[in-house]
Amino acid sequence: MSEEAFDAIIVGAGLAGCVAAYVLAKEGADVLVIERGNFAGSKNMTGGRLYAHSLEKIIPGFAKEAPLERKVTKEKITFLTDDTGVTLDYHNGRAQTSVQESYTVLRGDFDQWLMGKAEEVGAQFITGIRVDELITKDGKVVGVRADGDELMAKSVILAEGVNPVLAEKLGMVKPKVNADVMAVGVKELIELPKEVIQDRFNLSDNEGAAWLFAGSPSNGLMGGGFIYTNKTSISLGIVCGLHDIGSSDKTVPQMLEDFKNHSMIKPLIEGGKLLEYSGHVVPEAGFNMVPKLVDDGVLITGDAAGFCLNIGYTVRGMDLAIASGEAAAKAVLAARAAGDFSAEGLSLYQTLLEDSFLMKDLKLYKKLPAFMETPRIFNQYPKMVADIMESLFTVDGSASQPLRKTIMKHCKEVGYMNLLKDGIKGVTSI
Amino acid sequence: MTETVNVDVKLGVNKFYVDEGHPHIILKDNPNMNEYRKLVNACPAGLYKLEEDGSIRFDSAGCLECGTCKFLCGDTILEKWEYPRGTFGIEYRYG
Repeated sequence: MSEEAFDAIIVGAGLAGCVAAYVLAKEGADVLVIERGNFAGSKNMTGGRLYAHSLEKIIPGFAKEAPLERKVTKEKITFLTDDTGVTLDYHNGRAQTSVQESYTVLRGDFDQWLMGKAEEVGAQFITGIRVDELITKDGKVVGVRADGDELMAKSVILAEGVNPVLAEKLGMVKPKVNADVMAVGVKELIELPKEVIQDRFNLSDNEGAAWLFAGSPSNGLMGGGFIYTNKTSISLGIVCGLHDIGSSDKTVPQMLEDFKNHSMIKPLIEGGKLLEYSGHVVPEAGFNMVPKLVDDGVLITGDAAGFCLNIGYTVRGMDLAIASGEAAAKAVLAARAAGDFSAEGLSLYQTLLEDSFLMKDLKLYKKLPAFMETPRIFNQYPKMVADIMESLFTVDGSASQPLRKTIMKHCKEVGYMNLLKDGIKGVTSI
Repeated sequence: MTETVNVDVKLGVNKFYVDEGHPHIILKDNPNMNEYRKLVNACPAGLYKLEEDGSIRFDSAGCLECGTCKFLCGDTILEKWEYPRGTFGIEYRYG
């Protein structure tokens, strides 16, 4: 190990960490990534879909070489009750530019590939080592302590994930983030032959589906279900808000099991084999949760900074992590050029984020997390839509009602005022 | 709607390196049951068990290291929450 201090030590070889290492090393900076897992990605999981734009700008044409699963061309959103499903299905057969594309991914392969890219340009990685604490001197972060060793750095980039224990110890992130705004995700990776997946989801070769479900998957709590098709497997899971979890009559693993056994889902995974069972916390507060991002000698990126956007019809985290890793690296490069690694010297990080889609989008949707806590979205509306559909499509010989009357009847059950209120609130928060 | 889920079977397909004798999560003695029930419901790995006789059982082996219990009860009924030492714990082969 070098006696000289590194320009940057990066904690965590996820997307933010690997991207930051790549950008720094490419410009000749002396950078070390420390990962507690045995390989990059070994502690990481995703739903998982990656929007390509932010990585495409850093590594143009990455999709040609990266281990991606399928390019998403089908989007589905379903309102699910225990025994019904009403789906909006969008097939996109139009050509997309490389920044518009999105892909299903599995993080084991993907993160290792990204780490390889950073290594190619000179970044150093050590895996299987947990960083135990940050070393501070006169209030400034100057290195890390790991496994009894002390490693010194001019800056430390925290890319430690959604549970940022180091940032908490430093006091930059509040120790207990309000559980109201956190959600837990669980996923099963289910193996199926390629042809079976393509038949069941109506996909051409290499094309994939992204499918979100609102309603019964999260047992009426904030959250929902998801399915992403990979090459020879399906990522199936649920996300559930932790706000009211104590009073739920179902456990989170049971929610996933019931979702899998739903009459609409079961045929899709019939005959599949469980490859892996994974869990992850999702930071859902958006802009309202963003902590102090920069201090003397330290920057916080990715999930650790709460960079996640749940807009209901899409959930994004990975493209934000990538953009934040790049911005952090650029700030460290600027600090290195100026020889000033203080909060002031690293402040380009904040500026770059403010000027990018990341903060702009987080700000745009800042009212949404509060709106998403409206329980009606996850229990009454899915039922209302299902009841309307049932009335429309059930013919049993009884005299029909005018369509308007049929629909209004079901709307009345939720309450016109609630519909109006939620409609206005919903529209103004997106 | 469906049978009670057996999470242990699902965890059985995962790859774990258990750090024997060094639990990375320690529960306080006689935890508040309202708090404990949150963890029974929320833990993706179902590690916080409630037995039929009302007793509790917890083992941090099988932990997916998501942090849910820390967010919910880190300052109430958890004595300790840290990541497993380097190389130990869950190893996702797919992610």
